[in-house]
Amino acid sequence: MTLEQTISALLQEPVLIGLLAASLRMATPLVFAALGQVFTQSAGVLDLSVEGLMMVGAFFGFVGAFYSGSLWIGVFIGMISAALCSLLMAFMSVTLRANQTIVSIMLGLILEGLVTFLNKWFFGSGYIPPKTAVFQPLTIPFLSDLPYVGQILFQQNLLVYLALLLVPIVSVVLYRTTFGLSLRAIGENPRAADAAGINVFKMQYVAILIGSLFAGLSGVFLTLGWTGLYTDNITAGRGWLAIALVFFGKWNPYRVTLGALIFGLVNAVQLRVQALSGDTVAHQLLLMIPYLLCILALIGASRRAGGPANLTVAYRRE
Amino acid sequence: MKTLEGDTTPASLGAGVVIQPLIFRWKSVRSGLIRLGITLIGLLTAFGIGAILLISVGANPLVAYQALFNGAFGNQFNLLETLVKSTPILLVALGVTFAFRSSTWNIGSEGQLHMGAVGATLAGLALKAWLPDLTPPLAILILIWVGFLFGGGYAAVAGLLKVRWGVNEVITTIMLNFVAVLFVQYLTFGPLRDPLASGQPISPTILDAAQLPRLIARSRLNLGFILACASVILVYVVLWRTTLGYKIRAVGSNPRAARQAGISFSRSVLVAMFISGGLAGLAGTSEIAGLHFRLINSFSPGYGAAGTVVALLAGLHPLAVLPTAILFGGLLTGADTMARTVQVSTSIITVIQGLMVLFVMGSQFLVSKWER
Repeated sequence: MTLEQTISALLQEPVLIGLLAASLRMATPLVFAALGQVFTQSAGVLDLSVEGLMMVGAFFGFVGAFYSGSLWIGVFIGMISAALCSLLMAFMSVTLRANQTIVSIMLGLILEGLVTFLNKWFFGSGYIPPKTAVFQPLTIPFLSDLPYVGQILFQQNLLVYLALLLVPIVSVVLYRTTFGLSLRAIGENPRAADAAGINVFKMQYVAILIGSLFAGLSGVFLTLGWTGLYTDNITAGRGWLAIALVFFGKWNPYRVTLGALIFGLVNAVQLRVQALSGDTVAHQLLLMIPYLLCILALIGASRRAGGPANLTVAYRRE
Repeated sequence: MKTLEGDTTPASLGAGVVIQPLIFRWKSVRSGLIRLGITLIGLLTAFGIGAILLISVGANPLVAYQALFNGAFGNQFNLLETLVKSTPILLVALGVTFAFRSSTWNIGSEGQLHMGAVGATLAGLALKAWLPDLTPPLAILILIWVGFLFGGGYAAVAGLLKVRWGVNEVITTIMLNFVAVLFVQYLTFGPLRDPLASGQPISPTILDAAQLPRLIARSRLNLGFILACASVILVYVVLWRTTLGYKIRAVGSNPRAARQAGISFSRSVLVAMFISGGLAGLAGTSEIAGLHFRLINSFSPGYGAAGTVVALLAGLHPLAVLPTAILFGGLLTGADTMARTVQVSTSIITVIQGLMVLFVMGSQFLVSKWER
């Protein structure tokens, strides 16, 4: 199929609507993980273990739902497991003041290995992978009947709605509450925050935990909100993309979400082109696009200054 | 305004503890011994957690670790195979040492290793097509040079983005890892696929004269290992006996003071990135020219991550990197035997490796508190 044919095939109305709905779905895990990291980084902690935390969320969420038969128990277990794992990051980087970059990368490595190890033990390498139910699309009455918008926005599953709802909530919490203000104060100037009576260490623990709960939820979405099965390396770099999105969005929840939506769209188009073009374009080259786009996005974002002044700097109380 | 006390210098990986010359600072043998002890305790604790994991999945850790040890060092063949596996780890770790010493967080060794392999393969295939009469020393030198350039150039991209636009190099190098792995997949399934290989994702073989000679009969140990050992000395000399090395370490340990002394931050970061990626590229080259003689899809079982862990455990010191890399080559070789014996996934080795670094960093903190 030639390029023009591919493009015109993509622009047909039903295809286009399906494409936009799919990009919203693909943006969802990025939105969850990136919103969590907005919290963590605002408090001056750079947690690079998101990819590993997402795998933990995806795997334990799946295991929880598989054995309990309840999707909500799965969501709960996935999120809690990720949070428990990130306690190690919090202890090492906040209490022991070890280098955040190295600790979180090592933790990510450990978690990826751990999940792969446990997956083999739980489910072996059978030919038929076990499956769970997934969150079904929830059609919102009236709104879903709207032309175009209805099909794109209002026929998604509950977790997608949750992601969209969380964006304004996170923004309000960060910019309109004492908690958010304290969090950002720590990221900018921990000494001043400490003098103002804020418990820096406690707040950084909380920020890391919130980030990991969100990362866990993001992972849970991959298994219970999308595929219904766990495969090795299911996250495929989404954790890293989420961190990049936080930089790209300059720690602002709305801009971060916009970035996630762009990536969702690119990914959806990329997948559709793969399906349409068959063998004419090597799928490996198409798969590279999100990663390359991520680098370009970071270059584009770098011109604007900003960000927590004390990101990656451990606080030492005199 | 950044506060000084928390500056992220590579020398103080944790808690302001300087873990540089781990064992090799003779002036302070006592603290050296303490550090060595810490490292060993860290390693043992990591294996301990690994044992708990093994027990929890119903495997006997003693049987498992014995299989691991035998697989790694049990007989002459396994021992040589351990050295074979430690070759790329050693080169990657040296590269990581170089970058981390300048506070440049190059996490892209895996990608640079893949690009080095691509460079070596392309050079080897080009020589086969156009200069088939070339003699070994020259052909090998060309491959090494091209492999180094490909790896170094690929890393320099991330370095350039960092110094020119301030883009976080951790993210870019990770993204470039994904791209490089996909690129090798693309080449081996597409344009470079050997038409005679009946559909396998491998390229044709490179020129015979460009293949690294084997050192011992009935073993895969090749010139690449010698090359890697020579690089240990080279990296040590460059880092501690040349102005270039001094500048790189100065930028890494105290960027502000380095700037005051007139050392260019951008240049040091770029050079460190290029050499770091070049060494990873050499690792890829030695895999192609020394072992497979062709490009193979997914030829690396995670050498990039293993090399990064080795560099950190060795306290970013090239001389300490050598024994650590051999230990890790053993872990990788023995992992297969262990996985077969007790029926677990080899990825438990990844868990143990990561835990080692965390435990060593953690116990250094405790010791520094206790010494004060």
